[in-house]
Amino acid sequence: MNKILIGLLFGLVLGAIDGTTAWFTPEARPLIGGIMVGSSIKGMLVGLLSGWFARKVHSTKWGVVLGAGLGLLFAFIVAAMPSETGKHHYLEIMLPGFVVGAILGFLTQRMGPPHPAVIAE
Amino acid sequence: MALSDSVLDHLRHVAALPDLTGTRYELESEIGRGGLGVVYAAHDRQLDRRVALKVLDFALAGEARLIARLEHPAIVPIYETGTLPDGRAFYTMKLVAGTRLDRYLAGSPSLAERLRVIRRVGEAIGFAHSQGSIHRDLKPQNIMVGEFGEVYVMDWGVDAVEGTPAFRAPDPSLDHRSDIYSLGALLRFMLPVAAPPALRAITTKAMNADPAARYSNAQALLADIERFQEGHAVEAWSEPLWHRLRRFGSRNAVLLWLLAAYAAVKFLLFFLRNV
Repeated sequence: MNKILIGLLFGLVLGAIDGTTAWFTPEARPLIGGIMVGSSIKGMLVGLLSGWFARKVHSTKWGVVLGAGLGLLFAFIVAAMPSETGKHHYLEIMLPGFVVGAILGFLTQRMGPPHPAVIAE
Repeated sequence: MALSDSVLDHLRHVAALPDLTGTRYELESEIGRGGLGVVYAAHDRQLDRRVALKVLDFALAGEARLIARLEHPAIVPIYETGTLPDGRAFYTMKLVAGTRLDRYLAGSPSLAERLRVIRRVGEAIGFAHSQGSIHRDLKPQNIMVGEFGEVYVMDWGVDAVEGTPAFRAPDPSLDHRSDIYSLGALLRFMLPVAAPPALRAITTKAMNADPAARYSNAQALLADIERFQEGHAVEAWSEPLWHRLRRFGSRNAVLLWLLAAYAAVKFLLFFLRNV
């Protein structure tokens, strides 16, 4: 299983789990289905890009940084989207998205086939 | 005129020096006494370089041929073999500039460095076994650490040598498993006082009184050392659950911290929402 596939799978799973936690916000419960789908897609995108980066660069530190940055960016895009109530939940979406992105960056660096630079060592 | 003891000793010493007439070597000094012979530093006039010259006590030319067959980075290369005018066999080899292992350890090298050295020794032993050769006398005095960190296994044994007691296997049969025992004893010798239990378990398995219970070959022992260094479980030790959890936490510290951070963020947001 290559790093991109790992990023996609873990992004899907972690994104779905992250979306599920929206259930703890009462006003978000009616929209839980859409939130989970959106969060999963967001996770898959972050995982895909993190996995692609992990194939190019062998660095856990920069993988985590990139993943966190991508997570923050996509979470911001989602949070900034127009909502029915007109309210934007930047903190509730971006903060967890930032950490999930960091986790995806770490997992894509550590799992999957070793980077060619590691094989050469 | 009576000669003093010191003069007699000197005369005996000079008389015992090898006569290198007819060879291309000039004797410099005695380096040490190895298995069944004396090793000298000598000067190769033809190539203008220093070499180590070992004079064998009796006709053991087979020892040189044994070593010459083993071409490995950790086995000292043989340059030449020959016979002295007095009939004794000799061979010349690379003069290793370095420190004997027992003295090297006095410098308190790190655990990683000690394991690096033992792995180099194990690789040489494993290679020799694959070539049908056995060392038979593995001990710290027969390991040299060169000035650039290279490791050499010296004094490859012959039939007459059965090893040094502290590093010799208790079983009478001298086969590759005897070397495995000695390798384990060497590792135990090199470990610091507060060595991890996994490494002690590796030495215990290698030094099992029952040869069949030891590692089957040097590669298996080295693989266990490598597993330890990578933070995996070693085959020689059934580690307790708490130790397994601690090892998991150590190998996955970053991931566990990130998951903890996620949980903390979620808890914080829940707390802020409900305040």
